Amino acid sequence: MTQRPPPAAGSRPTPTTSPEPPTPDPAPRTWRTRSRELWLRARARWSFLSRSLLFRVVVLTLTLSTLVMLVLGLILQQQITTGLLQSKIDAATAEIDSARVTVENSLSGADSDPTSLQEQLRLALTEIGRADGSSGAQGSAAGVFDPVIVPSRIGSDSADLAVDQPLGDVPAELRARIGQGQMSYQYTTIHRDGENLPALVVGSPARTATDSFEVYLIFPLAGEQGTVQVVQRTLLLGGVALVLALTLISALVAAQVVRPVQRAADSARKLAAGDLAERMPVTGPIELATLATSFNAMAEAIRVQIRQLEEFGKLQRRFTSDVSHELRTPLTTVRMAADVLHAGRDEFPAHLSRATELLVDELDRFEILLGDLLEISRHDAGMAELSAEPIDIRSSISACVAAAGPLAEQSGVPIITTVPDVPVIAEIDSRRVDRILRNLINNAIDHAEGHAIEIELAADADVLAITVTDHGVGLRPGEAGLVFNRFWRADPSRQRQTGGTGLGLAISLEDARLHGGWLQASGSPGRGSRFRLTLPRHRGGLIAGSPLPLRTGADAMETGPMPKLDHAGHIIVPAGADWLEEVDSGLDPTTVPSAGAGQRAAEAVVASVDAADPVLAIPGQSAKAASGQAPAAASSTPAPPAAEAKPGKAPAPEGSVPAIGGAPRESAR
Amino acid sequence: MERMRARVLVVDDDPALAEMLTIVLRGEGFEPAVVRDGSRALDVFRDVHPDLVLLDLMLPGMSGLDVCKQIRAESGIPIIMLTAKTDTVDVVLGLESGADDYVMKPFKPKELTARIRARLRRADVGTAERLRVADVEIDVPGHQVTRAGEPISLTPLEFDLLVALARKPRQVFTREVLLEQVWGYRHAADTRLVNVHVQRLRSKIERDPEHPEVVVTVRGVGYRAGMS
Repeated sequence: MTQRPPPAAGSRPTPTTSPEPPTPDPAPRTWRTRSRELWLRARARWSFLSRSLLFRVVVLTLTLSTLVMLVLGLILQQQITTGLLQSKIDAATAEIDSARVTVENSLSGADSDPTSLQEQLRLALTEIGRADGSSGAQGSAAGVFDPVIVPSRIGSDSADLAVDQPLGDVPAELRARIGQGQMSYQYTTIHRDGENLPALVVGSPARTATDSFEVYLIFPLAGEQGTVQVVQRTLLLGGVALVLALTLISALVAAQVVRPVQRAADSARKLAAGDLAERMPVTGPIELATLATSFNAMAEAIRVQIRQLEEFGKLQRRFTSDVSHELRTPLTTVRMAADVLHAGRDEFPAHLSRATELLVDELDRFEILLGDLLEISRHDAGMAELSAEPIDIRSSISACVAAAGPLAEQSGVPIITTVPDVPVIAEIDSRRVDRILRNLINNAIDHAEGHAIEIELAADADVLAITVTDHGVGLRPGEAGLVFNRFWRADPSRQRQTGGTGLGLAISLEDARLHGGWLQASGSPGRGSRFRLTLPRHRGGLIAGSPLPLRTGADAMETGPMPKLDHAGHIIVPAGADWLEEVDSGLDPTTVPSAGAGQRAAEAVVASVDAADPVLAIPGQSAKAASGQAPAAASSTPAPPAAEAKPGKAPAPEGSVPAIGGAPRESAR
Repeated sequence: MERMRARVLVVDDDPALAEMLTIVLRGEGFEPAVVRDGSRALDVFRDVHPDLVLLDLMLPGMSGLDVCKQIRAESGIPIIMLTAKTDTVDVVLGLESGADDYVMKPFKPKELTARIRARLRRADVGTAERLRVADVEIDVPGHQVTRAGEPISLTPLEFDLLVALARKPRQVFTREVLLEQVWGYRHAADTRLVNVHVQRLRSKIERDPEHPEVVVTVRGVGYRAGMS
């Protein structure tokens, strides 16, 4: 049977947690957890922010408008600068033309005598300067300039000209180009009053009848630079202001959208919290009014549905209660009548006497069945209530073991109970837990086939676990998922001793669920089965793992592939493995743990190792049988919690009776 | 028993069950009287002067709970509820209305008569015993509980519960032990009985039932008498 049938609905293999050995050095662990916690919190905060619509809109607007403003500003500045310089160049070109004419006119008569040339040059310079400074649209458009006139033949060195003009400011490149006889201009940097200034130098060759000159006009660009700076400042300021304004506007607009959404969320939250009368005001823009209208329609529909369901629930409750009463009252009369007959059966003829006995016996069964049916219908109707109060669970176990005593003796089944020697206080509904235990014990006795059954209790700070193990017929692969089904029987031909109704385990599962606990089964054919009840010790507590293994120590070693441990100490069950059948009840451990729960579980597991120090106790009622069975039973006594974490090693159970338990196990392999 | 047959008033609307109850009770040596209408229960109760009332919780005319309250207002005699409901709320409601005990339908005749006898059997009170718990004085033979000279009215069951606790002031009683000592059950029955009666007792004898001083809860175990 390698192919395992698909598990029944609602049941599937779940990872089993196992206690891990206590951490030797807890300090780095806490540090690591703390820094990890901080990191997680920061990340959560960021992810919350980044998912906030308002935040997103604002950041996006800020980024995009900054980008746009940057590009726009650069282009604008470029345009303005180019425009400014272009007009400067135009004006300068006009200026140099007139300057050339002036030079050609005033120097036409110049001779080669250097002194008179100097004189004429000075005159021409004054002429050009005056034309600039005094009047003329061109002059004012081009701005102030310094003229330079150089006779071509003197060459680059003008020292002997002895005319005071800033020839040094004219770049050599430009002079070369002018020397080739073309008009040209160039940007350069000049020194005025100890400052570096950008300047435009325009040059033109001038020719007289006898001589040729180079005329240069140097335009300092101080004014243009100032203008550009003003433009830059304005653009920057305007840009920043615009970006801020845009951001603010986008935040306002987003808030306009977000606020109604938040209002809707608030309303939905209130509705979810049970305030069915909560409605959204239908105001504002059409879209939001539509949202509000739809929301309100939904709320109304939900309210109606819930009313109906409540109505159904009430009816169901009434029905269950009525059926209960209506059936029980006549049954009571019948019961009493039967008992009266039964009490006087000695006076009846034999067949009537026997009939009376059958009547009474079957009434017992009928009664139990009715009780079970009502109980399960109460669970189905969701009207089962948990009346939890703190009790010492050990007293429940001993009471249930004592109650099962007669049946166990009759079947020749010893019961071995292992409980911690300190009280295990838990907030539980003792009526329900007792019922679970009674069902498990009776079930185990029924299937033990004369072998001992073991009951073990272990607890950590948050969780307690009780296992009931038998070494009888066991469970075939796939059956562990079925045992909790209603009216399911492992083997229909088997004779029942306890007269179970077939609902016992189903009710037990519901009872465990009601506590927020697990009820699980495992087993292998011919080797026995184990049922494990895991309950939170505090009402509403979560279970992250069970202090006891679901599988017996012997099975863990002898069958199937080795389970792998993940970091949290969970056993990873290979998919499709037929060596382990588990069924979970109530909370699915894989879905429950949040970050916090997982951490708590880890602590709880550590705590369990030192807290639960089980002591083996053999109750007196079956002492004789138990002593005979002890070694056999002990060979499969579950190893202490650590054994599950390291299935390969399986240390011998500390403190439990048999040291010889290890030997047969070794040879059995 | 030397005394004359104990009178049991059966308040039940189901004719068959009522008749069967009379047959069984008569067979067990009680003197049963039956009333089938809740609204008449109180009148019959006053006429018959029963030693014990068997009360079905679901009655026409008047709810069993109301009948219970009315009888309890007039008398401290034992009341046993017959109930078909197993829900905690129903049982607790019944007990809070003043019932001393309850029997779940369907019950066996022996179970019922055992409960009746347990309720009828008064705790033997021997010597002139006076007990003290916290600031409460208990005169056991006089069946009187006083605080600072002022009498506190308790039903016999509540009285028994208080006396059981007060006789062993240092001992912590589990609910099971109290069930056995006060209710006379040999097997562990429903511990809710104890809880509800302790609450009822507290509401009468404690100065502040939220912070009990006379009957103190020992978490996870049971109850004990407060320090005197």
